[in-house]
Amino acid sequence: MSSYDIAIIGGGIVGCALARQLSRYSPRVAVFEKGPDVSSGTSKANSGVIHSGINSRPGTLKAQFCVQGNTLFSSLANELGFHLRWVGKYVIAKNDKERKELERLQQVGQRNGVNGLEIHEKELIAKKEPNVTCEAGLWVPTAGIVLPYEVTIALAENAAKNGVHFHLLTTVTGIKKRQNFFSIKTPKKEFSAKVVINAAGINCNDIYSMVESSEFTIYPCRGEYLILDKIYHSLLKSMIYPVPDRELGVLGVHITPTIEGNIILGPSAEYINKLADTRTTHHTMKLLLKEAQDIIPSLPHKGTIAAYAGVRCKIASPEEGGMADFQIIESPEYQGMIHLLGIESPGLTAAPALANHVVDLISHDVPLKPNDQFQPCQPKKTRFADMSPSQQHDLIKQDKRWGRVICRCEHVTEAEVLQALHNPLGAHSISAVKYRCRAGMGRCQGGFCTQHIIRLMQEELGLDVADIILKSEKSNMFTGKTREIHS
Amino acid sequence: MTSTHVDVAVIGGGPAGLAAASMAKQQGVEKVVIYDRNDWMGGILFQCIHDGFGVEELGTSMTGTEYAEMYVHQAVADGVDLVQGAMVLSLQPNRRLIVVHTKGIEEIQAKAIILAMGCRERTRWSCMLPGTRPSGIYTAGVAQALINVYNIMPGKDVIILGSGDVGLIMARRLKFEGATVHGVVELLPYASGLPRNVVQCLDDYDIPLYLNHTITDIEGSERLTQVTIAQMTEKGECVPGSEKIIPCDTVLLSLGLIPENELSKQVGIQLDPLTGGPKVSERYETSSPGIFACGNCLQVYDTVDMLAIDAKEVGKQAALFTQSKQPSSQTTGINLQAGDGVQYIVPQKITRPGKIRCTLRVKKPQKNVILKATSKDKEIITKKQRFVNPANMISFSVPISEKMLDEAKVVEVVVL
Repeated sequence: MSSYDIAIIGGGIVGCALARQLSRYSPRVAVFEKGPDVSSGTSKANSGVIHSGINSRPGTLKAQFCVQGNTLFSSLANELGFHLRWVGKYVIAKNDKERKELERLQQVGQRNGVNGLEIHEKELIAKKEPNVTCEAGLWVPTAGIVLPYEVTIALAENAAKNGVHFHLLTTVTGIKKRQNFFSIKTPKKEFSAKVVINAAGINCNDIYSMVESSEFTIYPCRGEYLILDKIYHSLLKSMIYPVPDRELGVLGVHITPTIEGNIILGPSAEYINKLADTRTTHHTMKLLLKEAQDIIPSLPHKGTIAAYAGVRCKIASPEEGGMADFQIIESPEYQGMIHLLGIESPGLTAAPALANHVVDLISHDVPLKPNDQFQPCQPKKTRFADMSPSQQHDLIKQDKRWGRVICRCEHVTEAEVLQALHNPLGAHSISAVKYRCRAGMGRCQGGFCTQHIIRLMQEELGLDVADIILKSEKSNMFTGKTREIHS
Repeated sequence: MTSTHVDVAVIGGGPAGLAAASMAKQQGVEKVVIYDRNDWMGGILFQCIHDGFGVEELGTSMTGTEYAEMYVHQAVADGVDLVQGAMVLSLQPNRRLIVVHTKGIEEIQAKAIILAMGCRERTRWSCMLPGTRPSGIYTAGVAQALINVYNIMPGKDVIILGSGDVGLIMARRLKFEGATVHGVVELLPYASGLPRNVVQCLDDYDIPLYLNHTITDIEGSERLTQVTIAQMTEKGECVPGSEKIIPCDTVLLSLGLIPENELSKQVGIQLDPLTGGPKVSERYETSSPGIFACGNCLQVYDTVDMLAIDAKEVGKQAALFTQSKQPSSQTTGINLQAGDGVQYIVPQKITRPGKIRCTLRVKKPQKNVILKATSKDKEIITKKQRFVNPANMISFSVPISEKMLDEAKVVEVVVL
């Protein structure tokens, strides 16, 4: 039995932020993730927005961690080398009723300590965002964008370099309290830990009910998105939000520029029965475009290069409506078991602050001596596409693999694909490559590069084609070889 | 960074680039260089191991690989420089190219450029195909590369959406390799691929073709497990009760091809929304002087034979341009317009008198129609056609007189 001091269940943004924060200290920490990579669930499928804190009720954990988390992101981005841009956002009003809502949001934001909020009239907005139609807008300068999977992966990889063990493709199937530790069952083997953190996101109820006798319910709420081609990037500079739907407890279909120059439309909000049902639907894909075109009429009808969906982990039932607060529950029965429940939006923004809070809680159970070898920084990944021709030339002279372009749409080279394949987590799926170096994320969606990535996976990792997976344990890409070759 | 001067730079070493380059060389141009991003020349033909290539052009049937090899040998014999594993990163004004390969970044100054970048496949999202996003969904061309080049079997229980030629070819190919092919699903009331491929790839192997049908749902949280197909009305609505669930592990998409013109856009070359390729004159010159276009990045051809015949003409025109025998053709001229019944027409502009060779595609299959070109309400040509089909390009000539060039602004072509 492998023993740890602290076990984190779930390799999403929360689990990885916590793992990275704990790696500053000496205890042995492990993360258990059922997917073949971190950021396999809702953490990869959201808007990628660093929120300011205007949407959460003052006094809630959401408001507190969102505002705190927001202030932590700049230094985190510097340390870990992920992309972050403070593009700001407008919440727009189309009529007087909605304008009142802007004033309410401004007040909420001010009470939460959000700075710089201003209501702009349509003339000013027309200058800053000429494609947007509205009457007025609340300008939120402290809202930013990231690539949520890049943040999660950066946190995890830094944690791994600082000693945290990541057990991928390892579903936790049971937790038992022994005398002074928990035993954690997985299909691979059994582990032990003194402290267990339930950061399982949308699956938090599964873990909760393994330990607790009480019950609670998650109401999964799906959000679908469309991604538009980069050629439309000049349609907007900042994020554009409608006034939020308070009854449904969601922010509404917004238009978000991405770090990479794409535009994201979404999310929808639909309560569903199955936790992991991340399908996209005909009806909603049409609706997203329509609602987004209400905000920016010049959005193209046929500019979509991909669609995706994530599932919100809602604690408030559809009947109750509204947004319930995050729940951080220290098990009443078993000391050392902490549940993080209902971490929906603004979970990405809140994660660093939430992690600090949970570390405080853990310190009551496990002594946290500093890890002398802790390395907070990791270099920003060098991207071929972002370099000047002379920089590119110099790199190719050092290593000719920088001169072989694998992903033609995004100009990703073999050197970058190899770096992604040899990641410190040992994540070896097609998606793991895609989320680390962007190969396959362009307009052809892997049409030209998949075959080359497969070839590199075979050559570099010695994988059999039949074992290559897309994004989950049984998402095998191929049935095997077409024909066996006998010499 | 190194820099190089060339006479004719060809972007893409598929059949179009090879044929154009060879012809330019044969016209006496000194330095003709093809840059191709693959580690081989021949482009997509490298994975086309079925036969039927060369029938129209040479009267003999070859496999795609044989056909490509023939052109590669020809290019080598003609003295064309072939640079493999070289991707053009950017196309800049004044015919400058930035190319990357394993020796570094190379800046190329060309007297003329021939665009021959080919095309890419439409993805699932071009038709907003709903459902989950499991493994097992491939475009037909990727599946073809996997099976024929990389010896990888994408799946065993297959359904094909879209009846483009690659999809039809792959239906048969998968059957050969022991897969079950449940059928080809096509939204239109007719197949998009060539009639001969429908017969030789589907009918001969008892593979059903579901016309007026589409896939309405995809299931499977990890690997694909099933799809739902349904009959659609002309308005694009699902016919109630027509839904049918088909268990399968693979969907191939053959939804059509998009000319690759990301580089063309970089220098502001005007594109024709109807073809997806650059607007060209009868010399195949784009709106950017000295930059010519051929092959599938100009228009998606149905056979490589026709493509190669046109590409040779492009090579000739590029050669003339570098030899200063002909100035740029884009200043004045007649606009050739696609009228009723016509999906698109190439070239889009005519700048000199003579018999101008044109190609067009019709909008829908029809019998006993008339192809008519008119200028200022005067008929220039009328041609009876017994049967027209969008899958078959139609080529014809339009006689243009000096007088028409002086007087007319537009020639419209209709098929009614």
